Amino acid sequence: MWSWETFIDAFPFIIKGINVTLGLTFTSYVLALAAGFIWLALESTPLRPFNFVIYWIREFIRSTPPIVQIFFLYFAWPMVPYIGTSFTPFIAAMIALGVHFSTYIAEVYRSGIESVDKGQWEASKALNFSRKDTWMKIVLPQALPPTIPMLGNYLIILFKEVPLAATIGVVGILSLGRTYGANTWSYIEPLTIVALLFLLLSYPSAVLIRKLEDKVNRRFDKKNTKVKVTE
Amino acid sequence: MLDSAFNILSYLGQGLWTTVSIFLAAALFSYIMAFVAGLTRMVKNPIIRGATAFYVEVFRGTSLIVQLFWLYYAVPILFDIQLGSNWIVGVIAIGLNYGAYMSEVVRTSILAVDKGQTEAAIALNLSPVQRMRHIILPQALRLMLPEFGNYSIQILKGTALVSLIGLTDILYYGDIYRSTNLSEGPMAYLMVLIMYFIIALPLIWMSKKGEKIARKGVAS
Repeated sequence: MWSWETFIDAFPFIIKGINVTLGLTFTSYVLALAAGFIWLALESTPLRPFNFVIYWIREFIRSTPPIVQIFFLYFAWPMVPYIGTSFTPFIAAMIALGVHFSTYIAEVYRSGIESVDKGQWEASKALNFSRKDTWMKIVLPQALPPTIPMLGNYLIILFKEVPLAATIGVVGILSLGRTYGANTWSYIEPLTIVALLFLLLSYPSAVLIRKLEDKVNRRFDKKNTKVKVTE
Repeated sequence: MLDSAFNILSYLGQGLWTTVSIFLAAALFSYIMAFVAGLTRMVKNPIIRGATAFYVEVFRGTSLIVQLFWLYYAVPILFDIQLGSNWIVGVIAIGLNYGAYMSEVVRTSILAVDKGQTEAAIALNLSPVQRMRHIILPQALRLMLPEFGNYSIQILKGTALVSLIGLTDILYYGDIYRSTNLSEGPMAYLMVLIMYFIIALPLIWMSKKGEKIARKGVAS
């Protein structure tokens, strides 16, 4: 039942969606990178109960399905009293995925910061560095580079979650693949193309990240900075 | 407001069993796949190893939702087999996807067991199977626990996709409720999220517990 004609016919139709898919990936990734810092800042205020509440909110967002969060923002947010507004599908998906992944990114940042030796903090205190200088000149320059492979991994994972946005009508490659299938009643070829495109983009990136990971581990000689990477 | 919350919860309850049963079946299936693929990826035979690597990389490299649709539409036509119900399609898609991810956990945990253990087992004249069964695996299993806990949460989150292939899970009932009571939409989805979170709580607890067990008695 496999037809190469359909395959060749469907390809140019589906590839048109790649811009939207990649665009959504990068915009929500930037949002996640920024929001990751916000979580950390909110969780380390001097007010303990507040930190505790924020921690559980983050845990809540992290362990519930992103597709429900996308639906919530797209279908239900306009009905929320006072602050509710309606989003375009793209914006809704971007915020939902960005916030969902920021909960993971925050964990990566934390592991990076914790991997900085305690002596570095003590030394910068002894040298009378200000709080800002301690962070900007001592801690972050050491904390962030080892996290780059992990951040890269999350970019790939995020990329694979982006087709969820097809369910609210963001026209990426999965949407177009299904549209093609619905129009012609042949689903195998278009969906195979969609899968191939994901594989073609994510596999080489994953290999690249693995190489980078080796390099970073050798350079910083800190195996303990490698934390778990989950989707 | 509290009234409507309970109202919605009992309505969503109709989908609870579908979600839980798919989660349990998919989790079991993916654990099995993880061990099968993780172990066969380390055998000497290049054909078996290559086939496993292909499976793992393909399922890790494409997304779950694409695999779910692909299996749903393509498998019955391409191979001329009916996978029975959509329930089975969901379980297979989720199980194969996370099985691929978790096979890497199995593989790296086995590789992380100290080499001296293998050497000692060889010196004690244990066969390769005995070596794996009595020496390596018991130590590697402990290292796998936290990651298996984490992936179990991922599997639960993945089950929310099965409403897209027509299964009546929690999200399905949430959607129905929302479309009939538009103004209660936020509450409906909030309750859906809370229900998933409640199911996830024991898993979160288990992965924290697993982390402690994995760390115990390890010098690093």
